[in-house]
Amino acid sequence: MNKIKCECGHINPEGTVLCEACGKPVEGNQHIDGNDDKKLLNMRYDGSARRSQTYQKSIVDKIWSFFSSVKVGVWLIVLALIASIFGTIFPQEQFIPQDAVSRDPAIFYEDRYGILGLMYYQLGFHHMYSSFWFITLLALIGISLVICSLDRFVPLYRALRNQRAKKHKKFLSRQRLYSESTNIHDNDIDKLVASLKNSRYKITEENGYILAEKGRFSRWGPYVNHIGLIIILLAGILRTTPIMFSEEYMWVREGEQRVIPGTNNQYYIENQEFILETHDQEDERFQGGSLEEEIATNFQTDVIIYEAENPDVVGAEPELEPILEYSIQMNNPAKFDKYTLYQQGYQLNEFKNMSFYIHDADDEAGESLGTFTIDLTNPESVYETDSGFRVELTNYYPDYVMTEEGTPVSETDFPRNPAFVVTVYPPDSDEGEVSFLGIGMNIDATGENQYKVAIDDVEFRDVSGITVSSDRTLPFFFVGAMIFMIGVIQGMYWQHRRVWINKQKDNSLLVAAHTNKNWHGIKRDIEKAVEGTNVTMVKDQQELDE
Amino acid sequence: MGLYSTSSSALLIAFILYLVATFFFGGAIRQDKKERHQKTKAGTIGLVITIIGFISQIVYFITRWIYTGHAPVSNLFEFTTFLGMSMILAFIIIYSYYKTAFLGVFALPLATIIIAYASMFSTDAAPLVASLQSYWLPIHVSTVALGQGILFISFVAGLMYLIRQIDQTKLTLRNTMLELVIYGIFLFIGFIAVTTIFNAVSYQATFEVERNGQQIMAEYHLPPIAEPQDSTLLSENVMTPWFAAPDWMHGDEAGRKLNTVIWSFFAGTIIYGITMLISRKRIGKRLQPLLQGVKPDMLDEIMYRSVAIGFPVFTLGGLIFAAIWAQIAWGRFWGWDPKEVWALITWFFYAAFLHLRLSRGWHGEKSGWLAVVGFAIIMFNLIVVNLVLASLHSYA
Repeated sequence: MNKIKCECGHINPEGTVLCEACGKPVEGNQHIDGNDDKKLLNMRYDGSARRSQTYQKSIVDKIWSFFSSVKVGVWLIVLALIASIFGTIFPQEQFIPQDAVSRDPAIFYEDRYGILGLMYYQLGFHHMYSSFWFITLLALIGISLVICSLDRFVPLYRALRNQRAKKHKKFLSRQRLYSESTNIHDNDIDKLVASLKNSRYKITEENGYILAEKGRFSRWGPYVNHIGLIIILLAGILRTTPIMFSEEYMWVREGEQRVIPGTNNQYYIENQEFILETHDQEDERFQGGSLEEEIATNFQTDVIIYEAENPDVVGAEPELEPILEYSIQMNNPAKFDKYTLYQQGYQLNEFKNMSFYIHDADDEAGESLGTFTIDLTNPESVYETDSGFRVELTNYYPDYVMTEEGTPVSETDFPRNPAFVVTVYPPDSDEGEVSFLGIGMNIDATGENQYKVAIDDVEFRDVSGITVSSDRTLPFFFVGAMIFMIGVIQGMYWQHRRVWINKQKDNSLLVAAHTNKNWHGIKRDIEKAVEGTNVTMVKDQQELDE
Repeated sequence: MGLYSTSSSALLIAFILYLVATFFFGGAIRQDKKERHQKTKAGTIGLVITIIGFISQIVYFITRWIYTGHAPVSNLFEFTTFLGMSMILAFIIIYSYYKTAFLGVFALPLATIIIAYASMFSTDAAPLVASLQSYWLPIHVSTVALGQGILFISFVAGLMYLIRQIDQTKLTLRNTMLELVIYGIFLFIGFIAVTTIFNAVSYQATFEVERNGQQIMAEYHLPPIAEPQDSTLLSENVMTPWFAAPDWMHGDEAGRKLNTVIWSFFAGTIIYGITMLISRKRIGKRLQPLLQGVKPDMLDEIMYRSVAIGFPVFTLGGLIFAAIWAQIAWGRFWGWDPKEVWALITWFFYAAFLHLRLSRGWHGEKSGWLAVVGFAIIMFNLIVVNLVLASLHSYA
């Protein structure tokens, strides 16, 4: 490494543009920050030696330079931005509406959006945000964040630690705010300093050379907020591991007790009641006119959570200890151990059980010859009535539909539209009669049946859809977000202001000032400080309308 | 209905006061360099009237909150009104620091347009849906609106900078683009004008629409230029539609929305044309001399500072509070819902803005364009994402 010794005696690292101590421009390095033919010095990183600008030979240097470039960083951000926009043109696959012809993306996009939809699907835009290249883009932004920050933070920190109050005239005169005054009495300088001190500047004095500085910590804001963002990206990676994050969805019927999926059989849930509330339509506050539909104001599942005492013993009936009684609502999830339960869906009036009675086909009055009840979630294969009839449940379709070919099938496993094929054996007979039963249906396959089966009663119940989530990455995301906020506020709401007050050997007084932003504010500080003294107000050497 | 009518009147009073204040700020403009930074009586009066208007709007907000029983930020009318209120608040804060009457002349009418725009949507009180029943509703929404309100000031300052600085002597790409931005503002005015006029005469045209074998009704409150697809006009003595909405537009409301957009362009263009005829120049060119008295680097600084202040507030409200609430309500803090994605796009955009400015020296005009585009993204998220893209956040 070729260290650079400045005339002030300070030894600077290779690639330094402005001496860390006195600010004198280092000859031969001015092109780095573009100071060559400019009147003003580029003060962005205080002219410190940045690796990316200094070493450009090896492949490592080149990669480092590439990622440390703000231009590259902004391009990555812009690409992510454009990709994000494309992802919102049509719904992402997880948002394909329930009423779509098919929820299969291969069919849905073309069906609904035509040729553009097909292209959208074929380009993979329907799962944009989980696509390989979108995630790669985010990863590149992450790498850029790390390298950018290191490239600038380390030398800037050095430069600000090594700075002296005494600055070279070339440095001072090429600041944006600068003035020269002659015949200044020391009293005036004291007044100036006292006023700056009053504005909470920190004063450093070395042999009569004065530096007034405030808000240096705001210079670290960008690096702090980048750390926050890196933590968030790392948390995103952690979240892909099953130890840190898992999620299950379950349906629990009213009155049902079942194991909670994803808990290794350790926890059980019992749904006591599902409640759906809509707004009071008599409420005169909401009689505005345009409100026609009912608004659902509450989705709630009252549950009891049990812990199993011996979950690992195979075959043994677990002993359940109730640990939590809770009303899970939207915006009010239940929490226990590391799990959180969210109210996510519901199904009203699912069939619970149906009772039937048998009567003589010729009997108009339909006098009951025997009854049986089918539990629709746990149907038995054979039912026997007290009167001696035997009913065989030959086929069961919980969610019955007729296909185009005319075959009965069940669309789902949920008893939403139950239908049955039953074979009825009269007492002491081996000759069965086949009937096809459903809601509003009673079909006699042969037309010769002696007995008819009719629906007597139906019981309903609601089903709650509950998400079980165990997410240990949340604290990381939270901490990352907080660090980001601290950093961004630190960097944005404060500014680093410096005023150099250097009395030269020829008795003239040079005042120069620099801030990383809000020039209006530092001008006001100085205006206030020079008031009532003979010191010339600094002149803004760069106005936009020049 | 005492509280409800108090609330509506308070909003109307605020609206009128903002317009009155605009004229006082107009009167406070000094073209003479020496007087530029002096406090003027007209400017002080303008500020006082703005503050009274703001207080009146707070009265609207509180009374409506008491009346409906929830924070009035739950539908498009309530949110957009609140956004307008945040813009006024941001203006009051920035004005008290920079004391430049020019800002009032531009910021107040634009914020007033937003409030008028809000009133075009249903102002009826409605109960709160289950997913919004949380104390995070006021926290999340008010922080987002405040952030957007501050970013609005950067848009205003950016626009003023562009009007002040862009060469208007001959027609160029840059001044045409600027004129397009101004024309965009006229489209809002057009929308407000036609909606108000046809509401005043209670215009109504009803269509019967067939959707998946079911008959549904579509109500138009503007004369139907574009009718819904597969529909029959039921109302009599109304305009005969010129054409049907194309079939790639989906949703029951597609026809009505397309019709509204056509009307907004129609009316906006006419109002713009009339204004052009009166001014006999491009609007940008007409406004340029008005801004000669303000220093461009002052506008540049206001623009940048409002991004610097608004960006963290927006991040906190639009991403962090949003994520916390989404975690509580839906069990996932981020779900790539269009509204969420557009909040992220806004965030990306302003992050790029800050990097370009701080590290690549994009000051002045470049910054001005970015400030304008940034706010256009915010308005896109408010209008298009709510009304066009299907989203969990579509409340209107």
